[in-house]
Amino acid sequence: MDDRPSMAQYHSGMSTTKAHARYGAGRTRPGAIPDHPPPVLERNRGCPLDLSWVRDTRVNRSAVERRAATIETRRTVKKEWQVAWLLRAVTLMDLTTLQGDDTPGRVRRLCAKARMPVRRDLLELLGAQDLPIRVAAVCVYHEMVATAVAALAGSGIPVAAVSTGFPAGLSPLETRLREIEASVRDGAAEIDIVITRGHVLTGNWGALYEEVKAFRAACGEAHLKTILGTGELGTLRDVARASLVCMMAGADFIKTSTGKEPVNATLPVGLVMARQIRDYQARVGYHVGLKPAGGIRTAKQSLGWLAMMKEELGDRWLRPDLFRFGASSLLADIERQLEFEATGGYSAFHRHPVG
Amino acid sequence: MARPSIPEIFESMAWGPAPEASGKALEWLDRNGRKFGHVIGGQQVEPQAWFDTINPATREVLAQVAQGSEADVDAAVRAARAAFPTWSALSGHERARHLYAIARHVQKHHRLFAVVESLDNGKPIRESRDIDVPLVARHFYHHAGWAQLRDSEFPGYGPVGVVGQIIPWNFPLLMLAWKIAPALAMGNTVVLKPAEFTSLTALLFAEVCREAGLPDGVVNVVTGDGRTGAALVDHPDVDKIAFTGSTEVGRIIRTATAGSDKKLSLELGGKSPFIVFEDADLDSVVEGVVDAIWFNQGQVCCAGSRILVQEGMAQRLVERLKARMETLRVGDSLDKAIDIGAIVAPVQLERIQQLVAQGEAEGAAMWQPSWSCPTEGLFYPPTLFTDVAPAATIAQVEIFGPVVVLMTFRTPAEAVELANNTRFGLAASIWTENINTALDIAPQVKAGTVWINCTNVFDAASGFGGYRESGFGREGGEEGLWEYVKRAPRPRKKSRAEEGDSGGAKPTGSGESLSGLDRTVKMYIGGKQVRPDGAYSRPVLDSSGTQVGEVGDGNRKDIRNAVEAARKAAESWGRSTAHLRAQILFYLAENLSHRRGEFAERIHSLTGVGSRAAQREVEASISRVFSYAAWADKWEGAVHHTPFRNVTLAMKEPIGVMGVVCPEGPSLLGFLSTILPPISIGNTVVAVPSERWPLLATDCYQLFDTSDLPGGVINLVTGGHDLLTDVLAAHDDVDGLWYWGSGAGATQVQRLSAGNMKRTWVEHDAKRDWLDPRDGEGEEFLREATQIKNIWIPYGA
Repeated sequence: MDDRPSMAQYHSGMSTTKAHARYGAGRTRPGAIPDHPPPVLERNRGCPLDLSWVRDTRVNRSAVERRAATIETRRTVKKEWQVAWLLRAVTLMDLTTLQGDDTPGRVRRLCAKARMPVRRDLLELLGAQDLPIRVAAVCVYHEMVATAVAALAGSGIPVAAVSTGFPAGLSPLETRLREIEASVRDGAAEIDIVITRGHVLTGNWGALYEEVKAFRAACGEAHLKTILGTGELGTLRDVARASLVCMMAGADFIKTSTGKEPVNATLPVGLVMARQIRDYQARVGYHVGLKPAGGIRTAKQSLGWLAMMKEELGDRWLRPDLFRFGASSLLADIERQLEFEATGGYSAFHRHPVG
Repeated sequence: MARPSIPEIFESMAWGPAPEASGKALEWLDRNGRKFGHVIGGQQVEPQAWFDTINPATREVLAQVAQGSEADVDAAVRAARAAFPTWSALSGHERARHLYAIARHVQKHHRLFAVVESLDNGKPIRESRDIDVPLVARHFYHHAGWAQLRDSEFPGYGPVGVVGQIIPWNFPLLMLAWKIAPALAMGNTVVLKPAEFTSLTALLFAEVCREAGLPDGVVNVVTGDGRTGAALVDHPDVDKIAFTGSTEVGRIIRTATAGSDKKLSLELGGKSPFIVFEDADLDSVVEGVVDAIWFNQGQVCCAGSRILVQEGMAQRLVERLKARMETLRVGDSLDKAIDIGAIVAPVQLERIQQLVAQGEAEGAAMWQPSWSCPTEGLFYPPTLFTDVAPAATIAQVEIFGPVVVLMTFRTPAEAVELANNTRFGLAASIWTENINTALDIAPQVKAGTVWINCTNVFDAASGFGGYRESGFGREGGEEGLWEYVKRAPRPRKKSRAEEGDSGGAKPTGSGESLSGLDRTVKMYIGGKQVRPDGAYSRPVLDSSGTQVGEVGDGNRKDIRNAVEAARKAAESWGRSTAHLRAQILFYLAENLSHRRGEFAERIHSLTGVGSRAAQREVEASISRVFSYAAWADKWEGAVHHTPFRNVTLAMKEPIGVMGVVCPEGPSLLGFLSTILPPISIGNTVVAVPSERWPLLATDCYQLFDTSDLPGGVINLVTGGHDLLTDVLAAHDDVDGLWYWGSGAGATQVQRLSAGNMKRTWVEHDAKRDWLDPRDGEGEEFLREATQIKNIWIPYGA
């Protein structure tokens, strides 16, 4: 993907004519699909706010950027590995629509795509027809939660609601808490909230902690994803500190962005957040998930994120309970790439059903 | 092994193979019949003998290359000599166009160079593709610029001539670029001897040079082993040797070239410290260690191979390092998704294994990740040693493999002490989020390159090179070009000797200007007058042969004492402000000025020059002191424009303790002209004054005392030059040595300096006109008393 000519060389003889079933449709041996999902993890219960930990956090921006820049050059996956990784990426996706013109019809269409994100014939060509390929969740505004829940009935796909005055997060606290409760009542299993960036920018960690704690209480059984709005936090060190405080307050996931900021999910930001998750797990014991959102549009980008998660946090963080992509256009690029891998020919967007 | 199915990978999320295509590289080898002669005068030349070059990741033979004989080397030197007149006569602009063409062609063949390099060397394709080859192109672009600017920026300087360059196997093409680009830019022609394990990219480069239109004979490549290199070093028609490699071989070259008039630059081994303060970003530190010691399999002269970590965070660092080491991947150099490739040759692998075994035997704790390396090639896993004492072998010697040792410190001062507790001084890395700490420690570490919160970053605009036994000379930047130029001969004015008797009265007799008492002048060590250790004196005669006094006859112990005093003074003098040094020197000039008549009379009566000439010498001396007072706070460093978000400071630092064996005359001016440049910029000096006219020098120590010069900054040991020079040259705590005297003495200085690889500057039979400021003072002197340290400071809020 990084380099078409060398891919063509690589598949010498296969690039001119479409070779079907390159990866052995029907080659799947009985029992080849492993069926041992990882154990369910204990939910993050948070911990008391530890200000000295927060304040001692150091992040060297240049060094982080250097590491982030080489993750994608140090690691790459090709052929069957690339296909498998891209299929995994599909299953980690919070398929999202957060537009002012969303309607029930639009959301139902998205939910249909969520159930079957990759064309069946493609999966068969890839020998992956028996894999449970569906997205991790569908992410909508509160108004659309009930519609989505109904459309996804029986699929096992949860609905996530962006909440708390998304994307600015500056409505009254009471309003924001009620909004969470309403979404949960409508059937949202996951709540994506935005933190008050001002608390971070003014170093008011206590206020941030209390705010997230209140959100978490309002969520009840629903899982809480805290959006840091990293594009508005100014420094990577503040991204790290905000990540820690949110985890201490009980976030199940920390999420980069609303998708509405000028700068969204970048690898350096994700790297810093992943490292805080690792630190938190080592010191407190709970596993917290990461959700980059906004700006991840290409299959190649998604592989970079997976490589980063695998290297920094380990394979356990490559499952939907600990990692999500918040994305709307990523799926289409992955589908095209899968078709290329399946057939050896380049694909087009219109060949894949829209959501 | 059967390839796993997509569902299986979907479940495991394992890494898979990601091979780089090697087809074009193998085609190139085949096109050459898998057999490469030397490239001499633009032609492939068949040798008498061949040897195999292998792919260390598979142990397969890639090709046969030529074993260079003395005759081959001679042919190459003759070709380079023949090409020199035309090449050096090109305008800077014309040479710049050639270098630019080379840069373009390197870029054009980027992938081919990268693949051949990884095949031959075993380094990961990611590194050759993303680091080595781009830096090569950058080096030629940068030096195309210097070719354009040579005449305006280096007035009075021209090329050295034919340059012999011997490069190592760890960065075959990059080291080639570091050597060839500045040499060509300055108008030299080149005979390059690549390392025997890794000749291929140099041969490809020679081919690409032809394609780029470089005239034949400007770059010649002779392949072979150490014998070929020795033939190049010994060749009488080579004007300069540039070598990168082990300190051991560097020492042999230093000794072999002693007295030969060959210019020499050496970039040698290292055991570079990687200093981690408790306020560092620990996760970034871990990646820093990956870049420091697992870059290029640790086969990096400036590898951060000694981690020094503040004790309180050592445990956390070790835990995180081990976790990171588990995720590193070792494998075929052409796999795009590995971190560590193959070790270049069996002999290197054995050395690593042997040193690791020795480390364990000496009691250090060895740790390697749980996974195992591929077995078919030459691989070694990343290795961490903890519980390492500074005295352990693995803490002292260069392992040149993916092996790092970790020690702890308590305070910044102890960090510096441990960092400098080595014979080497190539590079250092400092990790802290505190700019105060960083900028305090960087100047204190004895190393040519200091990286703050980063490591192993390079650029053509920044000089690279060592302190101490890591060699001398710089490569890259403006500072690196001085290695490839020499002063054009200057039209001579009438010499002082020729005009010596031209004015004023002849001396009437030696006794009159003295006190009348028979004076026995002591030595001057540590700011005190001391008797010679041997309690022998030697007579001082005036120009008429009359004894006018005695000076101490210094021996090795006097030198020892003087070096101790100079060492003691070195730190505070080196860190004193330039303004303070300037003030002291101005004051010295003022005090000399007060006694100008007395000094002139002394010169006149002792040395027999005419009184007017003596007065001129004193006036010139006062002016010279002023010059170095003036320079003291103006000998400034630079900020290099390296293409990263960082500040690269090129700091001019004193060498340290310097020996100066002064010229025979002029009696006062020759002395001051050679001791003042070093001290004006922060060195301390052990001076051996003129054997013939020591009294003018010893007269100066009263001046030094009254001018508030701190004790130990200048130390004087009088006596026989041959003996004292030998002692200074062989002294391991002397960092630099200047010598004016006989050819035999100069040879001796260079030969004995190989002990600690001290910097030397020798001029035998020099015909400098000390009275002429253009010849007797200035930047040339200051450069020889300076070593440049590049400090890389990335920033980002």
